[in-house]
Amino acid sequence: MILNLLILLPAIAGLAAYLAGRKSAAAGRWIALVATLAQFLLVVGLWIRHAPGTALENRGDWLLSQRTEWIPDLGISWFVALDGLSMLLVVLTAFVGLLAVIISWREIHSRAGLYYGFLLWILTGINGVFLSLDLFLFYFFWEVMLVPMYFLIGIYGHGRRVYAAVKFFIFTLASGMLMLLAILGLYYVHGQATGNYTFDYTQLLGTVITPRTEWWLMLGFLVAFAVKLPAVGVHSWLPDAHSEAPTAGSLILAGLLLKTGAYGLIRFVVPLFPNASEAFAGTAMLIGIIGIIYGAVLAFAQTDLKRLVAYTSVSHMGFVLLGVYSWNELALQGTVIQLICHGISTGALFILAGMVYERIHTRDLDQMGGLWTCAPRMGAMAMVFAMASLGLPGLGNFVGEFLILFGTYKVNALAAVMGAIGVVFATVYSLFIMQRAFLGKKPSGLKMPDLNLRETLTMAILVAVIVWLGLYPRPVIDAARPALERLRPSIAIEAPAAAQEEHHLEGGVR
Amino acid sequence: MTSIAEFVPLLPIVATGLLSLVLMVAVAIRRNAATTATLTVLGLAAAFVLIFLTAPDTSTQVTPLFIVDSYALFYVGMLLLIGLLVALLSVQYFQGLRHHRDEYYMLLVLATLGTTVIASASHFMSVFLGLELLSVSVYGMIAYLRRRAISIEAGVKYLILAAVSSAFLLFGMALIYARLGTMELARMAELLSSAGTPTALAGNVLVLAGLGMMVVGFGFKLAIVPFHMWTPDVYQGAPAPVTAFVATASKGAVMALLLRFASMMNFEQGGGLWLLFSIFAVASMFLGNLLALHQQSLKRLLAYSSIAHLGYVLVAFLAGGPAAGEAVSFYLLAYAVTSLGAFGVITALSRPADRSGDDDISSDLDDIEHYRGLSRRRPWLAGILTVMLFSLAGIPLTAGFVGKFLLLSAGAGAALWTLVLLLAVNSALGIYYYLRVVVAIYLRDETEVKVVPHERVSRITTAGGLALGLVTVLVIILGVFPHPVMRLVRLCCESIF
Repeated sequence: MILNLLILLPAIAGLAAYLAGRKSAAAGRWIALVATLAQFLLVVGLWIRHAPGTALENRGDWLLSQRTEWIPDLGISWFVALDGLSMLLVVLTAFVGLLAVIISWREIHSRAGLYYGFLLWILTGINGVFLSLDLFLFYFFWEVMLVPMYFLIGIYGHGRRVYAAVKFFIFTLASGMLMLLAILGLYYVHGQATGNYTFDYTQLLGTVITPRTEWWLMLGFLVAFAVKLPAVGVHSWLPDAHSEAPTAGSLILAGLLLKTGAYGLIRFVVPLFPNASEAFAGTAMLIGIIGIIYGAVLAFAQTDLKRLVAYTSVSHMGFVLLGVYSWNELALQGTVIQLICHGISTGALFILAGMVYERIHTRDLDQMGGLWTCAPRMGAMAMVFAMASLGLPGLGNFVGEFLILFGTYKVNALAAVMGAIGVVFATVYSLFIMQRAFLGKKPSGLKMPDLNLRETLTMAILVAVIVWLGLYPRPVIDAARPALERLRPSIAIEAPAAAQEEHHLEGGVR
Repeated sequence: MTSIAEFVPLLPIVATGLLSLVLMVAVAIRRNAATTATLTVLGLAAAFVLIFLTAPDTSTQVTPLFIVDSYALFYVGMLLLIGLLVALLSVQYFQGLRHHRDEYYMLLVLATLGTTVIASASHFMSVFLGLELLSVSVYGMIAYLRRRAISIEAGVKYLILAAVSSAFLLFGMALIYARLGTMELARMAELLSSAGTPTALAGNVLVLAGLGMMVVGFGFKLAIVPFHMWTPDVYQGAPAPVTAFVATASKGAVMALLLRFASMMNFEQGGGLWLLFSIFAVASMFLGNLLALHQQSLKRLLAYSSIAHLGYVLVAFLAGGPAAGEAVSFYLLAYAVTSLGAFGVITALSRPADRSGDDDISSDLDDIEHYRGLSRRRPWLAGILTVMLFSLAGIPLTAGFVGKFLLLSAGAGAALWTLVLLLAVNSALGIYYYLRVVVAIYLRDETEVKVVPHERVSRITTAGGLALGLVTVLVIILGVFPHPVMRLVRLCCESIF
């Protein structure tokens, strides 16, 4: 019931915000705020209830699940379930959703009701993606989340917004079609083998597939998730979409939509197609490394602040690819932390970029400089997240990247070394942002007010979260571990000896 | 001997035929468009209700010409519904026109009758009768606005090409009759294949030539490549409700017939006919989508997209078997409802009458540029058009999504991976041009909105509102709770597979 509520609450609130917003923008805003706040409290409550030591301790089975027949003739059901992994991502969704509403408070003036409607409907789609375990339902939500995002970028974005929105839509929809084909392929392979035609994920796990078929089906899923992630090569929609979207749109794109790709890899690609994934692991890691370095180099070359931050996403997601395809406990835990921290740190950088744009109406780094002197609070906040982005110990991203590189090292030492080099590049572009925008010489005539109370509070919360994740990531690891352990046995890339050693290391990290 | 009781299952079709007579009498007594339209709507609704009252329990052959089974009745119901909705849209469209338009409704009823005859035909004669009834009425409907050059041109084009294709069809039928000595579809299928393998007769030159010529005839009605040439001009030139009728009813009926024929025949994968149709399917998908990409006219865009959609349908059709029948039937229904919605919005935004009540000599609201900023001027119509475009693109929560899913599923089930992959690629291609229209409706700046010519934006009548509301609700229901309709389609298709 709670799961349905998570999906339906934003959907209904979105409708209400739209209808109320036609009369008064403030009403739409408040409805959106109350709804996202309620959702956030709901999921945090869920997390606390399932924390270790409680009666409902997270032991690795589905914490909650619900199934209702939808189209029984085709084996399609409304099957939603929650485990540690999806819980963390749902918490992230609610958190980022809440932030998105708060930061839009002053930015959106025209057609505000519709804007909040789209915002909440995106959250519906994303919650649906993280919760559904019926592949048809998953695909359904996968597409549902695109449509409001398309409008959000297209109507409320900047500059070349139509181009960006259409490109985003076509990239994701076309790759989604391939996933749909792969889903259908899996459905028929499973059905013909067992006589049981179903889209139920739990039943499709462990389907016996011939290697050739498995390879093709895996590719179908992979393409969809790689585009969303984005992996290098299919990332070209990302800089456009991120830079032209309104601030909240960039925040949701970076904070949530990219995560659905990573989630898909962890939840579906590797468990459903273990052998093909194992065969593909080397290539995937290579793509990941290329992404880390390529993203960093391109970020460095940008003069548009939002484009710069967008390319850092490509770099950070390279780590995720590395972590997923290392597929051992450390790397996966690192991946989960990396997902959450990237959502927060990159989201924060986009928020800052939005705030700068709101004040001086440009995103061009060449026209900035010395902003620290007129906006010291903003400068300090930017410093924190630039440091997070470069992986400074004590901030969340460090934990994620460190664990991923550790995990990768045991599988492929070379990949780990190359990934570590990528961290150096991250240092360069992070410091570059600070240097170009906040330090250095201020162009004459440039003036801007510092953060106001609402903005300061927002950023302070983000700083608190990223520091918390850096210093005490254990609640996150505890929540994710049982779920990851349950997913993991389906594939064993690592050697048994390494598994032993891993437990020692893990103790050390904690 | 034939008794009156035997005709009871055929009552829905008979009633439609009678309706045209009633209209004629009514017109003779008093020429009044409102009365004629009301009678048309009520009559078609009555025929629709009759389906549920007179449906036989089993397949019933009524004279050698007609077979009334649940499959035929499903399509008859669908076609009557289309006729009804088109009648409602026509009321919306022709408001304010001064000259008489009673003939139009009579033609519409006759055309609808033709489609229902095709859907329940079991004999060459009834197939041909139905097709001619349909074509001849549609000529008149397309060119109904006599002062519009573009409509006349479309009508003449359709007339010539339809006549040629009818000739092909008739010649094909004659050739087959000459060799097989029968015009009954079932008997013909029996002669051509026994126990799943083609007989010696199936390879006969006369039979092959006959089948080939019939394919040309049907291909024209379905507007699949390479028989598609007439589509864009006719779509653009015909009054919007007529375009809706041509796009939905005439294609739906012919596809129903083709499916029935294929289920009887031995239409095995890899056979000559099968290969021919797969070439048609691929060509239709690609050509339709590629040519739609840069259209400036919304009606032409929808015309090319309809070519592509028929290509999609053929993919499932080629899969064969009950799953394909269900997918095709569901898709045709979903596509019909969606197209009616899309053309319905064009109908609501266009007016054939100028200020004095005469025919307006230009065209319907057609240029995509004129749809810029529609979301501000007419938010409801903009919303409906968007839903329809998303349904055509196959986005979730709409009928088109479930339909496309079923097509892909049928294709994948028969392991037609190449075709299915091409379908997927084409869907992605299609999204681009559907989005172009959505972009025009919503995303352009308000400053770019041009003044719409002739101030043709007219008010919505009760009839138009009813039709548009109904199709929108149907599109959403089919997209969210497709199960009841899918079950109905499955039950109906059982009678032919």
